Amino acid sequence: MFVAGEYDVIVIGAGHAGVEAALAAARIGCRTLLATLSMDNIALMPCNPSVGGPGKGHLVRELDALGGEMGINADKTCIQFRLLNTGKGPAVHALRAQADKKLYQFTMKETCERQAHLDVKQLLVDDLLIENGAVRGVTIETGETYLCRTAVLATGTYLRGRIIIGETTYTSGPNGQRAALKLSDSLRQAGIRLMRFKTGTPARVDARSLDYDKMEIQPGDEEARNFSFMSDEVTREQIPCWLTYTNEATHKILRDNISRAPMANGIIEGIGPRYCPSIETKIMRFPDKAAHQLFLEPEGLHTNEVYVQGMSTSMPMDVQLAFLHTIPGLEHCHVMRAGYAIEYDCIDPLQLKPTLEFKTIQGFFSAGQANGTSGYEEAAAQGIIAGINAAMLVRGEEPLVLKRSEAYIGVLIDDLVTKGTQEPYRIMTSRAEYRLLLRQDNADLRLTEYGRRVELVSDARYARFQAKKKEIEQAMHVLRQTFLTPNAETQQKLSAVSTGEIHTVTTLFDLLRRPEVKYASLQPVFGLPILSRAAEQQIDISITYDGYIKKQQDQVDRMEKLEIKILPETIDYRQIPSLRDEAREKLMKIRPRSVGQAGRISGVSPADISVLLVYLEQQRRQKEAAHELS
Amino acid sequence: MKELSHIEAVLYFFRGENMQQAETISAIATARGEGGIGIIRLSGEGAVRIAEMVFKSQRGIPLAKLVSYQAAYGRIVNSQGEVIDEAICLVMRAPYSYTREDVVELQCHGGSMPLRETLELTWKYGARPAEAGEFTKRAFLNGRLDLSQAEAVMDVIQAKTTASLRVASGHLTGKLSEKIKSLRQDILEMIAHLEATIDFPEDDIDDVVISDVSYRVNRLRTAVGQLLQTAHAGRILRDGLETAIIGKPNVGKSSLLNSLLQEERAIVTAIPGTTRDSIEEYADVGGVPLRIIDTAGIRSTEDMVEKMGVAKARAYVEQAALVLALFDSSASLTPEDKEVLKLIRSKDVLVLLTKADLPCRVSLEALQQSFAAEDILMISTLTGKGMEELTAAIVRKVYGGKAQSQEGLFVSNAREAEILRQTSVCLDAVQKTIACGMSADFIVIDLRSAWEKLGEITGETVGDDIVDQIFRQFCIGK
Repeated sequence: MFVAGEYDVIVIGAGHAGVEAALAAARIGCRTLLATLSMDNIALMPCNPSVGGPGKGHLVRELDALGGEMGINADKTCIQFRLLNTGKGPAVHALRAQADKKLYQFTMKETCERQAHLDVKQLLVDDLLIENGAVRGVTIETGETYLCRTAVLATGTYLRGRIIIGETTYTSGPNGQRAALKLSDSLRQAGIRLMRFKTGTPARVDARSLDYDKMEIQPGDEEARNFSFMSDEVTREQIPCWLTYTNEATHKILRDNISRAPMANGIIEGIGPRYCPSIETKIMRFPDKAAHQLFLEPEGLHTNEVYVQGMSTSMPMDVQLAFLHTIPGLEHCHVMRAGYAIEYDCIDPLQLKPTLEFKTIQGFFSAGQANGTSGYEEAAAQGIIAGINAAMLVRGEEPLVLKRSEAYIGVLIDDLVTKGTQEPYRIMTSRAEYRLLLRQDNADLRLTEYGRRVELVSDARYARFQAKKKEIEQAMHVLRQTFLTPNAETQQKLSAVSTGEIHTVTTLFDLLRRPEVKYASLQPVFGLPILSRAAEQQIDISITYDGYIKKQQDQVDRMEKLEIKILPETIDYRQIPSLRDEAREKLMKIRPRSVGQAGRISGVSPADISVLLVYLEQQRRQKEAAHELS
Repeated sequence: MKELSHIEAVLYFFRGENMQQAETISAIATARGEGGIGIIRLSGEGAVRIAEMVFKSQRGIPLAKLVSYQAAYGRIVNSQGEVIDEAICLVMRAPYSYTREDVVELQCHGGSMPLRETLELTWKYGARPAEAGEFTKRAFLNGRLDLSQAEAVMDVIQAKTTASLRVASGHLTGKLSEKIKSLRQDILEMIAHLEATIDFPEDDIDDVVISDVSYRVNRLRTAVGQLLQTAHAGRILRDGLETAIIGKPNVGKSSLLNSLLQEERAIVTAIPGTTRDSIEEYADVGGVPLRIIDTAGIRSTEDMVEKMGVAKARAYVEQAALVLALFDSSASLTPEDKEVLKLIRSKDVLVLLTKADLPCRVSLEALQQSFAAEDILMISTLTGKGMEELTAAIVRKVYGGKAQSQEGLFVSNAREAEILRQTSVCLDAVQKTIACGMSADFIVIDLRSAWEKLGEITGETVGDDIVDQIFRQFCIGK
């Protein structure tokens, strides 16, 4: 065995999960290796050129608060920003950006290359070395071995990847990349269950061949916004997107050729996501819909490639060209890359702990699309957690597990390891039961301390966070302590802030409960301290929605009682005869970490949970009794 | 958000498993249909406080002042201040109780109707229905039962849950569960629409029209309200309508009783009481099971009021849900009749003027001042005159003249009724949120609660329902 190097953490794959895992581990101080199939494709965006959106934008903010890179990188390289859902309540406001794909990639590559403790190498990992149930290293296709104490699987869609375009199929990673063909076998030998998933991407067309007069322009927001709490960009060039629709002619071509669709002729075996269906799936599933909308999104400032969002397809090329040409604005479009479907191996995430470590292989973690998710943001969010926890394991410190009540990252990972997934998993705000608490505006307040605890949050970030927190606390104090008496002077001031009179002594805090009253309008009238916009926003939201927020916090507090009841890893569910069979099977398979997690497993009833609690109490008392004897 | 429903279900079951839970539970601790005493047991931090709100001690002593294992005699009083039952209240303070929490037992003397009403009152004041085996579970978790009993406790929880589920699915009529499912589906579609516009703002989804949501929520609110109205009838259909027959000697009580029983030979069960000398018999009148109280008394002592004494007669009338008050139509009202009139003043009564085969001498006008005309009937057990009208009147009393149209659709279980009430509260909260002009994600909050609540009735709490519904209903995708 030729040992080419030895690391604390080896990350297999340098996509969005891999780079976050590697950067986190290295920044915490672990000697880290980032192994990529191609040095030219670090942080590749093989599908749409956008970052963020509902749920996804929340994830980016959260990972930024923990000290991750995606937010900063997107702020540096995106060419359009929009804040979505502005009319739908503060919790679901969502920032979405169009990225310059190449700029995004190269900026991230540079960050990785410059990172202390991090080596980036072009390597194809064939084998996993496992000794005594713990990961020891990886073997490369060229024969050398790298030893490690922990490893992170972040292989995206590269494991036995297969691209499908009509009747044509070939072995490949996305965008014609190499696929990793041997690692799947090595994982299987290690006892890991694999699944086969599928996803797809639309064609890219030449910007110069589009007829923009026939499409509707979609500009970015005028106000500049950032993902990262550390970014201060106030101006940014905004490149528009374009909106158009399919029509009956488009649908007829697809219908007439449906027998040639790979999903119809049996070529595709993998399970595709419901939220990202191909256009052929859409017209079959919703035959009554007369038109489907599509967005044309530029892929960058220095390319003519335009992404045809909404038209993901794996139809044969003649069909792709024919249906695209029926669409207003695309009549004469030149296709630069074909749309395709890709199948790949991923692991069944039920095999993971909430730390993202495999239950059966010590030190081996898995993150990203390899865990059956989809989306850059979902991948990155898991990446940073896997990287942090690999580093914590190396250092012998407590792992970081975020709760469902603390972060979308917690929701995402808990869903994966508790319920598994039947299709590529996408985060949605409707998956979060405590949505009002998990806002994108307060991600820093929720998570910076955790990032600090694992030494991923820099002094600069921490100082900024503390300043904001202090600013908010002080202003809150003033608001609570300022009492208004209902006299002529007060009523005059109230009319100046366009709100009704008061009839009893009222604090400014209570005044802010009125939906029409905002801190910014009170500030000059009542001589309040001038605050940063971020602090102002926190104050407005937390006071206006106080009642609803408290209600959710109460639910969290009640749930917490079950979350802190930890189920020992050694628990033998066969020794608890009162459990129903279905529950016992599920518990044995999933091995939840806490009673709370057990309660979220479908098939585990409230009575089973009671039985578990009685069992835990029995064990505790037995231990106590044994202790007293000895 | 499938998790939430399940988690909430777990919480519902297990909200509190440490000593002195904030969550107070209550249930009827005695077996149904046995004995004349029914015991309601409350356990948890609020047990004494809640009992205090339903129980008024005779001597005016607050329960909070009672020492452990001291009992007080008094009455169960509802929120309108009406007396429901007489009871003995026993307070057992933590940790010297079965569950090691504060426990209060209300030993009620009435039949099953006042017992249920009392139980529902405890829920109204903040207790929640105890789940199967929950007292035992709390007892164990609080260290009351010893280690060797752990296995048995686990078995009890699972077995009791299975049994109660079987009972629940048994009386959950097909029609009711269909109705609940259709209400849930309606809510689910609204949630899916709201959520889809939130999660996929750039997809081609029609905007949610908030006034439509408000309209649909209103419709749901009405539907839930109608179901709740059937709860009364549903309970009666299951447990029987406790009926008292009262009147002066020789007015015809026995004849009426015999006539009711003879007409419907189908059900005649006699349950001897254990602590009181009462015998109950069932009569099926127009499909309504009448549970006639103290038939023994009616038969053996025609001069009931006199023999019983006024206090006992009052207690007898109090425990009935329906009183059949008999007066001789062939004579004017006697002082005894006036005594009877006083007793029945605040009760649900049918005034029966007997001996309708004889010339009428009683003043109808006087009676009509105190009773609705439709509640006054002329009957003759001799000729059978008025007996059909009596049947119709009893049916009307039970169904309130409404529920006949929804035949077979009854909420018969107290827990179901309680959940429906909570669903109503959630739906009201949705309307309030809409009225305040709040945005979609706030509207969804209470809609989800309503949807989850209804799921507790049908037992559907886990699943990817919302996410599934979004993809079923809308074409979404990049």
